[in-house]
Amino acid sequence: MILLAADGVNVAQNIGFGIIAVFMIVAALNVVTTKNVVHAALSLALVLAGMAAQYILAAAEFVAVSQVMVYIGAVMVLFLFGIMLTRAQIGKEVGLNNPTWYAGIPVAVILFGLLGWVVLDAYDDSSLFANVNDDGIIGELGVEGQQETVTQAISDGVLSIYLVPFFGMTFVLLAAAIGAIVLARKD
Amino acid sequence: MLAADAVKLSSGWFLENLWLAALIPAVGYAFIMLFGKKMPNKGSEFGLASIAASLIVTTGAGIQWIQRVDSADKAAKGAGEEGLGLLQSLRSLPAAAEGEAKPFVEPVTQTWVWWQNSGIEFGLGSHADGLSVLLLWLVAFISLLVQIFSLEYVRGDRRYTQFFGALTLFSAGMLVMVMADNMVQLILGWEIMGLCSFMLIGHWWEEGANSRAALKAFFTVRVGDVGLLVGTAIIYFGVEDWIAENPALRDAGFNGFSIEAIQAWALSGQGSSWVLVMGATALFIACIGKSGQFPLHTWLPDAMAGPTPVSSLLHSSTMVVAGVFLVARIYPVFWEGFNIANGGLSFIAIIGAITIVIAALLAFVQDDIKKVLAYSTVSQLGYMMLGLGTGAWLPAVFHVFTHAFFKCCLFLCAGSISHSGSHHSFDMKKDMGGLRKHMPITFWAWIISTLALTGVIPFAGFWSKDEIIDNVGNNGYTFLMWVGLGGAALTAMYMTRATYLTFFGEPRGAAAGHHDPDHDDTHSHATDEEAEEHELEEATVGAPMPKSLSAAANAHGDDHGHDDHHDDHGPHESPKLILIPIAILTFFACTAGFANATPLAVGGSLGVELGEEIEYVKTYVEPRYQPVAIESMVASGPGESLVPYEAGFVEADANLSAEEEEGAKKSGCGFETPADGTVCFFPKVSHAVPTTGKILLSLAVVALGYALAIGFCRAFYGQRNEKLVGLTERNGLARAGYKFLANKYYLDALYENVIVRGVAYPISQGAYWVNQNLIDGAVDAVGEGGKRTGQIVYDKIDQGLVDGAVNGSGTVASGSGEGLSGMQNGKVNLYGALIFGAAAVGAIVLVIINVG
Amino acid sequence: MLAANFLLLAALLFCIGVYGVIARRNAVMVLMSIELILNSVNLNLIAFALMQGSIDGHIFALFVIAIAAAEVGVGLAMVLLIYRNRKSISLDELSELKG
Repeated sequence: MILLAADGVNVAQNIGFGIIAVFMIVAALNVVTTKNVVHAALSLALVLAGMAAQYILAAAEFVAVSQVMVYIGAVMVLFLFGIMLTRAQIGKEVGLNNPTWYAGIPVAVILFGLLGWVVLDAYDDSSLFANVNDDGIIGELGVEGQQETVTQAISDGVLSIYLVPFFGMTFVLLAAAIGAIVLARKD
Repeated sequence: MLAADAVKLSSGWFLENLWLAALIPAVGYAFIMLFGKKMPNKGSEFGLASIAASLIVTTGAGIQWIQRVDSADKAAKGAGEEGLGLLQSLRSLPAAAEGEAKPFVEPVTQTWVWWQNSGIEFGLGSHADGLSVLLLWLVAFISLLVQIFSLEYVRGDRRYTQFFGALTLFSAGMLVMVMADNMVQLILGWEIMGLCSFMLIGHWWEEGANSRAALKAFFTVRVGDVGLLVGTAIIYFGVEDWIAENPALRDAGFNGFSIEAIQAWALSGQGSSWVLVMGATALFIACIGKSGQFPLHTWLPDAMAGPTPVSSLLHSSTMVVAGVFLVARIYPVFWEGFNIANGGLSFIAIIGAITIVIAALLAFVQDDIKKVLAYSTVSQLGYMMLGLGTGAWLPAVFHVFTHAFFKCCLFLCAGSISHSGSHHSFDMKKDMGGLRKHMPITFWAWIISTLALTGVIPFAGFWSKDEIIDNVGNNGYTFLMWVGLGGAALTAMYMTRATYLTFFGEPRGAAAGHHDPDHDDTHSHATDEEAEEHELEEATVGAPMPKSLSAAANAHGDDHGHDDHHDDHGPHESPKLILIPIAILTFFACTAGFANATPLAVGGSLGVELGEEIEYVKTYVEPRYQPVAIESMVASGPGESLVPYEAGFVEADANLSAEEEEGAKKSGCGFETPADGTVCFFPKVSHAVPTTGKILLSLAVVALGYALAIGFCRAFYGQRNEKLVGLTERNGLARAGYKFLANKYYLDALYENVIVRGVAYPISQGAYWVNQNLIDGAVDAVGEGGKRTGQIVYDKIDQGLVDGAVNGSGTVASGSGEGLSGMQNGKVNLYGALIFGAAAVGAIVLVIINVG
Repeated sequence: MLAANFLLLAALLFCIGVYGVIARRNAVMVLMSIELILNSVNLNLIAFALMQGSIDGHIFALFVIAIAAAEVGVGLAMVLLIYRNRKSISLDELSELKG
């Protein structure tokens, strides 16, 4: 989907963003504070879904779909299997926080303050779609004269410029798969 | 006759290179000390060669000086000749017309700046004028003869090389002093002589008496040297003030130390009388010490502890006349300072007169022949000072000249006697007597020299000493003249006594061939070679043992390294090397007087009147009293001189009169100040014309002295007249008188026991107290303090601070480690927190840096 | 739409994830928190890609997703191994690195 360039601020986008963001934040807070492990996992799935929605809002449909497929489809299954295999308590579990859980609060707060300040200081007035030209969001990597889709652009990029990292990543995945098997098999 | 241009005086290579005369013996000294021991003759070759070379230079300088004076006199006469030969000069001198003033002959000076300090320049140089040339030749000549004498006399001595080295160095020092053109160099030469005197008197220092005598000589002269330095300084400032007011003088080369400047300043009338008196007194104190005047004469007789060549060279002819030379050299200072011009009794004359008498009296009670001669020297030095103090400059200087010959001859004869006659003893009473049979040459040399000393015509002393006495009387000092005559009589008497005891009468002791067995025993091991054979380790090689020296009354270890006449133990004549110098000196003792035979020249007192030309010393040595124009001095360089008679013959100049010397005593340099733009260098001293009456009087006095003495000696020593023998034991007055004389007027007791001890004892007590209490106390306190400090440092600082710091840092480290180890609890959560926290901090820092 | 929105959201999710890593005791919960962090980073990347008009951010995000998946796989395998050995996946008890 190609999002049309907007002059100025698009109100609808902001509202949509806001609703999804609220859901995500609530779910994320639930992940880190709930005492029920399964609830945490489900909340995480909610976060991931919200993330995919945001990606679509940001005109990154390929990444959104990848996110849904990989994260929600595979990673969440992994997590659930992990929870199941490690005999997590079904229902509320007492003491899911470690004794020094309070140390995390200041760290998180400071970090958020810092990051927030930097972001606001630098990008307060910038528009997200500033560099998007009238013909589409793709400005650099495109065949001239032809409007490219995002997917096309990604494939062009991955398979030409970023070919080596792509292959590196395949090895990583291979190693991870083998490693996981090796680690988890019963001997 | 009045030349508008000035005329050049002749100069010469020797006059301009006079410094060679002092340099060559100095180099000779270096050679002797460096190479002497390896030479076949142990270094004496260098000594003889260098002194001979010096003699050549000084002889050449003398000849050229005579030519120079002649050229000046001839130019004054307008003869126009230049460069006369020596014989011509002697024969065809321009006769100065009566009343015509002779021109001042400028000395030939050379100066090299030695070093500079705050505007004052110190230089070395040569100053050749009549007085310096005369004395330079004299010193070189006498030194050469004494060195020849020493070849035989000190043969085999254990320190033969050093002896010749010291003799040569002494000659160099005296030559440096005599040719000095400034006071600093004069002091330099003076001190070198003092050092060599010390070295030579204490040549056999193994015996305590010799080294004590050397120290006594050195310290007594040193007391006087304070006056030398003080006087030089006082006069320096006076002269510098004078030069500051007359800048033209600076161009003429005058500075505060230059002797010419000092002479000119004294006669310029611009020297403050206070400065002149103080300077003259201070300088004369130095002369008292060096020339053995009363009261600092006590060192001279003790200096006889040195070997006889030393006594004959230093302590009779040359070194002791350094004081006389100093007075004669800067005579204007004394002339003005002590007001000799007005005929008042001057300090110098008084001291000289006293010295004559007391030394002569002391010579009567000496048993040591050398001491008789030493006191005789002191007495004769008194004559010279008397002459200088009363304005008789020329006779005094002439007496220096003649005295050197006969006194040196007398000492060499004494050496000859002890060497071959009395078996190294100098005691007249114990070891001499009747030697005239065995030592005829020595005997006749002695007799002639004695006659010269006592002033018997026609020998040398007559012409000089009687001139002194004559001039003293002529200048108005009648009492002092009688003192001088009395001294002449005393001289005759004590010399007769010494002669009688030595050469007449029955031989005693060693002269009779008797030897003290102990003395003989050690004596047979006298030579170095024999001592090695006979293993006399404790005896210093070559020296006789002190305890067996009965033959030496005052323990002067007269060393004898001879090995030639051990076989014959009787007195005999000396070898040739000893006799040749004696013979030469005897010849001069006979003839030296004719160099300035005033009674033969003027006055017709002896029946002849040969004219003033034959007063050679007066013509060539005595400086002229003519003023000199300063511009003419500026224009001349070293070695050249302009005859400055423009100023001398200016009629309008009221300060200069060309009247006859006899009539005009009260005018001229020294009596009046020179005109502006001129300086004069020498006062117009008067010269007495000898009359027959005075000559006969002095001869009669001497004859009377001889008669009395011969009579007494025959009676006392010869026939042992009962009335005379033992007189001092029976008669209290005689005994007291004898004791007084024998104890040298108790002056030695005064000096040593009262003055020296009175000063030294409290000082030494004080120094000891300071040492024990203050210095040792301070050292102990420092030690104590160090100990305490160490204790404190250990306790507080080392243990407390340093160890505490070290321990503390360890504690801190381990404590902090324990504290920080809580971070490593193995919990991933904490690690994660730390990571993120650190990242946060890093990010904040980045933000601050980049944004802030 | 303002860029700050996405970025702030990402920052918030990041900090929540950091809190989760520090506070949670269960190993699996910690891994979940890490997933949160990684997702926030992805959101950042996408947002910047949009701002810059380049596709690099998308590609990078894809890689991150892939790596995150691999990492979760291996991590959970390790958690299973630990559970098998120690019968507990409480990070409090897994302090072998202590000291």
